[in-house]
Amino acid sequence: MNLKPQGAGKSILNILRNNTVPIMFIIICSICIPISGFSPAYLLNEILTRLGRNAFLILSLLIPIMAGMGLNFGMTLGAMAGELALIFVSDWQIWGIPGVILAMIVSVPFSVVLGFICGKLLNMAKGREMITSYIISFFINGVYQLIVLYLMGSLIPIKHSSIKLPRGYGIRNTVSLLNMRQCIDNLLAIRIGGVKIPALTLLIIALMCLLIVWFRRTKLGQDMRAVGQDMQVARDAGIQVERTRIISIIISTVLAGFGMILYLQNIGNLSTYSAHSQVGMFCIAALLVGGASVDHASIGNVFLGAVLFHLMFIVAPQAGAKITGDSMIGEYFRVFVSYGVITMALIMYEMKKRRQKASIGEQLALAQREGSRHE
Amino acid sequence: MKEKLSSFVASFGLPRLIISAFLLALFILAPIVGVDLPMQITNVINRFSWNAVLVLAMVPMVHSGCGLNFGLPLGIISGLLGATLSLEFGFTGPMSFVMAALISTPFALILGSGYGWLLNKIKGGEMMIATYVGFSSVSFMCMMWLLLPYHKADMVWGLAGKGLRTTISLEGYYDKVLSRFLQINIGKISIPVGALLLFALLATAMWAFLHTKTGTAMTAVGSNPVFAKAAGIHVDRIRMLSVVMSTWLAAIGILVYEQGFGFIQLYMAPFYMALPAVSAILIGGATVNKATIMNVILGTFLFQGIVTMTPTVMNSVIHTDMSEVVRVIASQGMILYALTRKTEVTR
Repeated sequence: MNLKPQGAGKSILNILRNNTVPIMFIIICSICIPISGFSPAYLLNEILTRLGRNAFLILSLLIPIMAGMGLNFGMTLGAMAGELALIFVSDWQIWGIPGVILAMIVSVPFSVVLGFICGKLLNMAKGREMITSYIISFFINGVYQLIVLYLMGSLIPIKHSSIKLPRGYGIRNTVSLLNMRQCIDNLLAIRIGGVKIPALTLLIIALMCLLIVWFRRTKLGQDMRAVGQDMQVARDAGIQVERTRIISIIISTVLAGFGMILYLQNIGNLSTYSAHSQVGMFCIAALLVGGASVDHASIGNVFLGAVLFHLMFIVAPQAGAKITGDSMIGEYFRVFVSYGVITMALIMYEMKKRRQKASIGEQLALAQREGSRHE
Repeated sequence: MKEKLSSFVASFGLPRLIISAFLLALFILAPIVGVDLPMQITNVINRFSWNAVLVLAMVPMVHSGCGLNFGLPLGIISGLLGATLSLEFGFTGPMSFVMAALISTPFALILGSGYGWLLNKIKGGEMMIATYVGFSSVSFMCMMWLLLPYHKADMVWGLAGKGLRTTISLEGYYDKVLSRFLQINIGKISIPVGALLLFALLATAMWAFLHTKTGTAMTAVGSNPVFAKAAGIHVDRIRMLSVVMSTWLAAIGILVYEQGFGFIQLYMAPFYMALPAVSAILIGGATVNKATIMNVILGTFLFQGIVTMTPTVMNSVIHTDMSEVVRVIASQGMILYALTRKTEVTR
């Protein structure tokens, strides 16, 4: 809208303003790394592991953002679907890579159903998608607990007592996934010095990125972007807005399910009742740290964010302990930063939206005035 | 007749009806399965008295159109600051409660004004941002509880001599100071009159305030901000006032909660405290932009009734404690229902 040529100084300022969060994180990390005293090889190793673990999950957030539905706090639903699938697969005693692939297949129907419910509800709450998806994740967490803690083993057959609670029904607090631990990460892993590169996992993530790039160019992807720009205009252009929004949430949920399975095969055990509870928050914080906003996110944001956020996560406790002599400070600091980043991003998004609204209003007034002058 | 019934269901709301029926069933079932009913009633009344003020804190912001105050933890933090400082300064007994309320007031005013200023900047996105303002402030205070120079021996970690404990016992301070005040015992049922009186006082004050000129202006801002602005009301100032009121009530609310519960809970404890209060007022019949004192009373009673009754009754019936799951599904479902109602989207 602004056609005025801008000076170089102003454009640098703009770049700075648009990337406040990543720059802030680079500063935090560059202060904390020397204090923490970790070796570069250790840090690189940790970051590659965590990138492999989390990038897929973060990628699942991109599509709802494209469809203008904001940060999908309902990705937790996908995570729960993935966990359900893993519980079944480990009950069937199918391990290794076949186990992981089977879990992914089994997770799809769960994800689709949950994503459909989530999409339907979000269509009923247009304009407040984020808070609604956030509450949906809590609600479905209650349903998940009902299923896993009470129905599994009593109504839903679970054969192996190793994953059941001693009372005969319900799943134990942790389900061991030792037999599929890092099976994908270790296959084709490349070791250079002390650094292990989980090549296959990274390859899967790269493929996913290509898929997302391709998806953006399809008819459906274009429709989603149109819906994200302006729902009314999209509807007038003959796009089925509601359907498109539901599909975008379903895709996101399915991807989050896959991402969760990849995440858990790296960790090697499943904390049945808590593994999913923080996943949404951490992924969203990471994406925002990478410079994404509520209405715009790119694949570059995902990787930059994953690296910076997890770098902070690794070094902050150690650095905090060195500075204050109390290891808990660092722990709390990183939690605070995660929430702070999300808060800042939400505030900046809402303020930008208001500014845009105001400027559109001004332009409209200007156009009207000019129109009346011509008459 | 059928039409009347369906219109009643529509106005009362199906989830609300289910929850009320569920609670009624619990009350009927309780004596049959051998649960000590008077004891349970005492519990429900007590828990009502602990939580009612926190639920009341929802009212002003709903009235001014700021939506449900998911940022309640910010007010709770003011209350916690007041509580810990009052103890640190060496006040004991009932005096410590009064001082805690007094000390927390300036914190609530300052934090509330900042919070209100922020919410005025981001109209339309209040609820999500409120949630995260609450979260960030709780996690920020987690660091502060460790770093602030508290020294009282029964509040800090014994070994290090600094850093507040996660839970601080209020014995000797203001433990049950309101509940025991004018307490009435009828048979096995005991009623914490003092705590109920304080709630009644605050609720009446709130009711009276909503009928003053400023209060009416607040309702006007909530129901139609454009009209309110045209009528010469300072919309931003009224919204700010509502946020400050809500924050202050949350601060007092947590103090009332603590005196009933007997402990100050710090660190991550205030994190999810907004959600029970939000769902309580919604169960009571409030919507995202309409709430009355009656909603508060009814909602707190229903919510706390379910929270107290489910574990015991369920345990006696099926010998497992499903209460946590029931509580989560009922309360989150209620919030979800309120957020997705068609009539409220067009604001």
